[in-house]
Amino acid sequence: MPVSSAISIAPQAVPGRPIVRLEHVSKTFSNGTVALKDMSLSIGEGEFVSLLGPSGCGKSTALRIIAGLGEATTGRVDWPTMAHDAAGKVEREIGFVFQEPTLMPWATVFKNVWLPLRLAGISKQAARARVMEALDMVGLASFADAYPRELSGGMKMRVSIARALVTRPRVLLMDEPFAALDEITRQKLNDDLLRLWAQFGWTVVFVTHSVFESVYLSTRIVVMAPRPGRVIDEIAVVAPSPRDLAFRTSPEYSELTRRTSQSLHSALGANDHL
Amino acid sequence: MTELQQSVVASETGEPQTQAESGPPPHERILRVIIPLVMLGGLIALWAWYVKAYNVPHYILPGPDLVAQAMVRDWGVLGPALLVTLTITFEALAIALVGGVLIAILFASSRWVEIALSPYMVILQVTPIIAIAPLILIYTSTTQQALLICAWIVAFFPVLSNTTQGLKSTDHNLLNLYELYGASRWQTLFLLKLPAALPYFLTGLRIAGGLALIAAVVAEFAAGSAGAGSGLAFRLLESQYRLNIPRLFAALILLCATGVAIFGATSLLSHLLLRRWHESAIRREN
Repeated sequence: MPVSSAISIAPQAVPGRPIVRLEHVSKTFSNGTVALKDMSLSIGEGEFVSLLGPSGCGKSTALRIIAGLGEATTGRVDWPTMAHDAAGKVEREIGFVFQEPTLMPWATVFKNVWLPLRLAGISKQAARARVMEALDMVGLASFADAYPRELSGGMKMRVSIARALVTRPRVLLMDEPFAALDEITRQKLNDDLLRLWAQFGWTVVFVTHSVFESVYLSTRIVVMAPRPGRVIDEIAVVAPSPRDLAFRTSPEYSELTRRTSQSLHSALGANDHL
Repeated sequence: MTELQQSVVASETGEPQTQAESGPPPHERILRVIIPLVMLGGLIALWAWYVKAYNVPHYILPGPDLVAQAMVRDWGVLGPALLVTLTITFEALAIALVGGVLIAILFASSRWVEIALSPYMVILQVTPIIAIAPLILIYTSTTQQALLICAWIVAFFPVLSNTTQGLKSTDHNLLNLYELYGASRWQTLFLLKLPAALPYFLTGLRIAGGLALIAAVVAEFAAGSAGAGSGLAFRLLESQYRLNIPRLFAALILLCATGVAIFGATSLLSHLLLRRWHESAIRREN
């Protein structure tokens, strides 16, 4: 379908050198659904890229392919700066945050965060400092011995983020991490995420279906459309940092959300049912 | 954690915390013990009264006093019999647990093995044990072995089917997470799949515990063995033939008590293992 002429597809200049590159990536599921069609995207070091789109646009599929969960049907994903193991497989230095907190209910907060290190063969003693540091980053150091069920939804999500951070990844992949949270909690976690991002300078790929969230967080928004899942627009968000309440109520912010919403709506033809 | 921290976090996340288990108030705890005891005492009193008031002969229904006497007097016979039954029950249960879990792991890791074997597991389960017992008695060299096999067959299936179900119900996202961090098969099994299957396994264990005892008794009825190595079932039959009804009742009470104890022990184990994290062990206020 044609993209509204008011919006030009203008790939933005990538700030750092590319850390991950998708080249003509397509994914077709075994039932014939084309989840993703010919997606090319280069993500630079230190960028905060949002993949924005309605359900079925392939944004989560793209994220999972980047993470290495499920292969692309065609096309390739390159990690130009990351090491490869003996078998030629890339050693991704990534952290992944799922839509649900995805914690092990039988393990304490500490053990949940320890998990990525534990799987790499690092003992509890050796991992302790790093686990506590990660918990400290999300403000939950005093809850190390609590069980997930004793935590609220927002706190569980923080634990999930701490677990993603504990390996000190260079790239943080987040799949609608705050979608299930209430507005107030979500805003708080958005702010925390921005603070940590500014502090540590990771690259973040953030999947969302919220225009407001994507504008607030990102340096670049990749707008996607469904059936078949594809990229239809890219919007650079040049905004002051730190981003805060003032930014969220500024005319700049509303202009960016207006532009992003327009771009999103142009993607949805009359025949599309959400 | 301090109250201050708690309130800070609660207000920041906008959600109250689920209170960690604190148990019922003290008076409710006392009532929970007293009410069943009073009920039991009442029933025994009713039984004693009925026997006395209607002059029921002791070879039809002995009063509680006669049964208690039989229990003490015949302990030399009943005690060793109880031990035999207990041994068979727990041996069968132990083998059923190990076997059930191992085969469940096999089923969960290979769909083809499951497709090939599960019909036979079902056949083994649905065929009444009393019908297979005579055959097993022929094939085994000692009665003890036969009883053990019977009890095992019955106890094995609930462990297998529940654990298989549990192993297959692992949270898909958690599996992805393990894959993402390059977990080995063993790591995934021991750190993720087995703990996730624990509540299912414990349900299987609770069922299997009771069934193992029932099967041990049923198989002994079928075997009709006698002599020094006989369990409670044989003593029960023997008492019936001799019209020694007080002893029959004493044996019956021992069996009941064993069953209740097994159920209590497995329930307690389940509670202890799950109370910190599983939904089933959470006490809710509303």
